[in-house]
Amino acid sequence: MSLPRVNAVVIGAGAGGGVVAKELCEAGLRVALLERGRWYTANDCRKDDLRNQRTSVLGNNSGPDDERNPRVFVDHEGNRHIVLPSEGGYSNNAACVGGGTLTYGAMAWRYQPKDFRMRSTYGALEGSTLDDWPISYDDLAPFYEKAEHEIGVSGDVSNDPFKGPRAKPLPMPPLSPTREYGILKPAAQRLGLHPFDLPMLRNSVPYNGRPPCMRCRWCVGFVCEVDAKCGTHNTVIPRALATGLCDLRLGCMVREILTTDQGKITGVSYFDAHDRLQEQPADLVIVSGAAIESARLLLNSKSKLFPNGLGNRFDWVGRNLQGHAYSGATGLFDFDTYDDIGPGANIAICDYNHGNPGLRGGAMLANEFIRLPIQAVDMPPNGLRWGKAHKDFMRKAYRRTIRVMGPTQEMPVFDSRVQLDPSVKDFWGMPVAQLSGYQHPHTLEIAGVMAEKAEAWLKEAGAIQTWRNLPGNGVSGGQHQAGTCRMGNDPKTSVVDSWCRVHDSDNLYVIDGSVHVTNGGFNPVLTILANAYRASAHLVQSWKGKV
Amino acid sequence: MARHSALTRRRFLQVAATAAASSALISCGRHAGPWRFFTTGEARTIEALCEQIIPADQDPGATWAGTIYYIDSQLAGHFRKLQSAYRNGIAAFDAACRAAHGQAFADIPFDQQTVFLQHLPNSLQPFFDMVIAHTMQGFYGDARHAGNRDAISWRMLGIPVIPIRGRDHYEFPRKG
Repeated sequence: MSLPRVNAVVIGAGAGGGVVAKELCEAGLRVALLERGRWYTANDCRKDDLRNQRTSVLGNNSGPDDERNPRVFVDHEGNRHIVLPSEGGYSNNAACVGGGTLTYGAMAWRYQPKDFRMRSTYGALEGSTLDDWPISYDDLAPFYEKAEHEIGVSGDVSNDPFKGPRAKPLPMPPLSPTREYGILKPAAQRLGLHPFDLPMLRNSVPYNGRPPCMRCRWCVGFVCEVDAKCGTHNTVIPRALATGLCDLRLGCMVREILTTDQGKITGVSYFDAHDRLQEQPADLVIVSGAAIESARLLLNSKSKLFPNGLGNRFDWVGRNLQGHAYSGATGLFDFDTYDDIGPGANIAICDYNHGNPGLRGGAMLANEFIRLPIQAVDMPPNGLRWGKAHKDFMRKAYRRTIRVMGPTQEMPVFDSRVQLDPSVKDFWGMPVAQLSGYQHPHTLEIAGVMAEKAEAWLKEAGAIQTWRNLPGNGVSGGQHQAGTCRMGNDPKTSVVDSWCRVHDSDNLYVIDGSVHVTNGGFNPVLTILANAYRASAHLVQSWKGKV
Repeated sequence: MARHSALTRRRFLQVAATAAASSALISCGRHAGPWRFFTTGEARTIEALCEQIIPADQDPGATWAGTIYYIDSQLAGHFRKLQSAYRNGIAAFDAACRAAHGQAFADIPFDQQTVFLQHLPNSLQPFFDMVIAHTMQGFYGDARHAGNRDAISWRMLGIPVIPIRGRDHYEFPRKG
């Protein structure tokens, strides 16, 4: 029944898995890259305001499908809700070749050196598992650079005085400024802040054989119509396939990681695109399903030696689920700020990521991506929701508002977690992920201060009215999900070692956002990509030493 | 002006629909008229509610934009599991209106409807919230789903309207 043996199975063709597949194949390993979703192309753009990864009232545009992939969300009162991928509470990212990189907004941040040393910088925090990473910014810097050049980043961070040391500039210049940029930049400078052209995994000039951004308003949440957005689907995965050693299999849902009674990982079993159970033997298994599904797969992989799931001897798998507590403010102006030139977000400040008195960290602040009309209907303050007053507000404010937001770095919480649901199963009969937890109060305190900073920036820019946008106190995950298979040196308080190898095993790896100890005050994707390059390089070295 | 001729067309459709409904009623019961889900009476209530949520002023409102067609067609599609929430919600909503004003919601004057909504009983609030959300989606969303006829809301906001690319994505079965 079992398929021909491969050197490595990579589970998930997203940010982490795409990079790993390419690095292993180019080193000569035979790889089976299993992806549960489909491979979408620029033709799947559609520009449907109601059916995309950010506004999914009519469904997602790049998976997973509602019919087969429920989850359970546990609210503050302990009530269980069965939620579908297109519904709130699901914490969806995507299920497709490229994963979230297919439809993301594509901000390409390096974390700052202090983001890897949160415990050393700020000390312990009660009620939080705040800790240092076992690696430093300097360990990751060469791989950040590799990700910036191989996947493709535009922008100009030379004016960011808070960034970590870097050897080379970004490979592409920033896109030309927009009206919002022209309003926000001088205002930040008047406040003594340090605005700059934020880095984006988006072509601003022809690069890697693909054209530059066409500046439309359908960006975050959408497949790019001209393929200008750079993800693993149009960079490293095609390169992996070009080696002839990568077997990309679509529509494949992994059931479990197979283990011998002695604890040796032997491969995976999965349901193929025709829902037939397949067994794939492999020398190495790399889990890259993103924080929620990677944790779920480890928990679902039970064996004699690991009755509570792989890597879970000390009950850390699925713990510390975190995303970002998004926070900021909206400003209404008495002149048009809208120019219909996408993607929107283009100017940022990192003045408030660290060094805020009494606060452990903070957030990068930037103007938001263009808000489509349907994304603006809940914009009015004061509970204005319907009727002529709401319509008047839309007419008056839609073209005259700027929103500045930032991903507040979360204080990890041990009880914010992914577990297996005891009763709900997916289409294939496997227990689904159950999400529960809350935000640490200090995270919300930081988020509140970030909103004040954003508001002050907008006021300086000339806003005639401003209001704050604050996060809720529920567990976050979503597109920035991270933390559930923590990287660490102590097997008792982490799941993988500093090379992303699961502590209990010598051939099982988790390479995606799951391993993040903390998630920075930044969008996490460039760190996921860089760490995947770094872990792959080590994996290849040890493989070659073995052969 | 295009808007006026379109209004005429809308009235014509209403008359045609009513005619079709009255003849179809004899054989098809509640699934009469132009609706995929609503009964004729339910449609009157929802259309009045949509117009309250996004009323016509110097720009057309939800009725002109056909926002109810978005809700109706989605109730036969992606919103299928909300069918009973709508059916029961409309019944309770109209019953409350009859108790307060002696008439169905669609039959009381516009300003009286507004006041009724401003003082809605708590039990009806979830239903109204749902209709608000769907009305916003239809009116401000993509014109391809109906509900934003002629991309009227985008024209109102002053943003460019783009042609819609292919539709086959929606017609392919989900498999594979």
